[in-house]
Amino acid sequence: MTDLTMENIKAESKNLDFYYGSFHALKSISLPIADKKVTALIGPSGCGKSTFLRCFNRMHDLYPGNRYEGSITLKPDNVNILAREVDPIEVRMRISMVFQKPNPFPKSIYENVAYGLRVRGTKNRALLDEKVEEALTGAALWNEVKDRLNDMAFNLSGGQQQRLCIARALATNPEILLFDEPTSALDPIATASIEELIAQIKNRVTILIVTHNMQQAARVSDYTAYMYLGELIEFDVTDNIFIKPKKKQTEDYITGRFG
Amino acid sequence: MQVPASAAKGAKDEIAYIRAIIRKHKRWDLIFAGIGLLALLIGVVMLAGLFIDLVASGWSRLTPDFFTSFSSRRASGAGIAAAMVGTLLVILVTVMAAVPLGVGAGIYLEEYAPKNWLTSLIEINISNLAGVPSVVYGLLGLGLFVYALGLDHSVVSAGLTLALLILPIVIVATREAIRTIPGHIREGAYALGATKWQVVAHHIIPYSSAGILTGIIIGVARAIGETAPLITIGAAVAIFTLPSTPFSSEFPFLSFEWLKEPFTVMPIQMFQWTSRPDRAFQINAAAAGVVLIVMTLALNGLAIYLRYRLRKNIKW
Repeated sequence: MTDLTMENIKAESKNLDFYYGSFHALKSISLPIADKKVTALIGPSGCGKSTFLRCFNRMHDLYPGNRYEGSITLKPDNVNILAREVDPIEVRMRISMVFQKPNPFPKSIYENVAYGLRVRGTKNRALLDEKVEEALTGAALWNEVKDRLNDMAFNLSGGQQQRLCIARALATNPEILLFDEPTSALDPIATASIEELIAQIKNRVTILIVTHNMQQAARVSDYTAYMYLGELIEFDVTDNIFIKPKKKQTEDYITGRFG
Repeated sequence: MQVPASAAKGAKDEIAYIRAIIRKHKRWDLIFAGIGLLALLIGVVMLAGLFIDLVASGWSRLTPDFFTSFSSRRASGAGIAAAMVGTLLVILVTVMAAVPLGVGAGIYLEEYAPKNWLTSLIEINISNLAGVPSVVYGLLGLGLFVYALGLDHSVVSAGLTLALLILPIVIVATREAIRTIPGHIREGAYALGATKWQVVAHHIIPYSSAGILTGIIIGVARAIGETAPLITIGAAVAIFTLPSTPFSSEFPFLSFEWLKEPFTVMPIQMFQWTSRPDRAFQINAAAAGVVLIVMTLALNGLAIYLRYRLRKNIKW
């Protein structure tokens, strides 16, 4: 591990082990997540990067037989979000997620964005209207959809649907936004718009992104972690990882000799 | 480029060979299409013939009087008023009981129940219940509702017995409808901090309602035609009045007296008429059969329409 200094840390995973039943999927991962920066997780398929990401909003709790050991401490209140006594719903309200495949609900554009607020019990129409507009503007979608907020969300294009999902995740002002290969189902133009969007929102929210695409990691992230077979191999400032990685393994992956 | 003559000839032979093989294989397409069409025609023609025969024999009795008359010793004076109203009331009780129980159980099994040997055992049993002969449900209803609970040979006993009969259908339909909802939609809702109940109420139920409704209507269509369990329960031989109305002039303006009244239903009325020696009653039975088939077809039509309407707004 590098001894890089971070000004502000938003979350920190310490000796995190994760098991799918008896399968040891993550092995003692320790990684700081910088506040209001983009941290990318890269590595070949099956390396555990998505598994690691999904620990941050306790998604694994939805399925039986999964087990965490170690901690992910969320700042500033220093709560270990993996602790048994911490309600996963509370964690998910603080840390939002955007999935690999755009997954808008079969509801209107408006209801999709408002859903996180509805879950929190917000009923005030004026407040909902304001938050929906704010989130859609934040996700660079407002101008495209402002005249058809009551249309069904599945009538949007794939790229628009993914931006809608980002708006949905942003509407509740999460502390961290998790992206799980958000552009792998999109064409290059839609991908570019999502990357641009990530650059715009990163000064408002801490971002953790899993990507299969190394160029994408190089373009959007400030820090990069390379994982392999459930282990964290190297973590550093993105430029260092891509220009002068310290480990041979990382270099082999970056240069395409492996993976 | 010059192609040697022998090579060109070889290629030609090869093409001719491939064509012969394709011709040979395509013959099976034709043969199977013929067999399939024959099988389809046998089914459809038999059903259509049955229906046409029923309409032809019963047509003369399908007059307004037939719908408003009660039991009578004269075939020409007998009608299906009591049976039709009886069917409607019994089915109303069936739906009121089977829908909340069946949908509730289906949702619980899919969304809440832990996956262990006990729930697996329950699941297997529910599937098996759908195959239990209906007369067995009649015996169960007789023992449980008529005698143990003292509900007598009444509309409510009949309705509850049919509810038990269609419960497995509703549960299985509910579970299958829920299973068609993709995991990433469910995860999307959970990721925003929704509780299990919020996911069920805002997503699972609305997105599966088309499938659940179809299951309910298929169950009802089955219940409408059931005879055996209701004979076991003890349907009335002849009814000469309509049951009391569900509405009353006094507070709370609803009356449940009709639940306790004796009942008869369409298929039982038909059964009684067909067992009479007088040929005129057979014609009555045919006419009642036509009405019953039309009721069932109308229900199926409704199911198709509702499924179309509800699915139009669901896409992932």
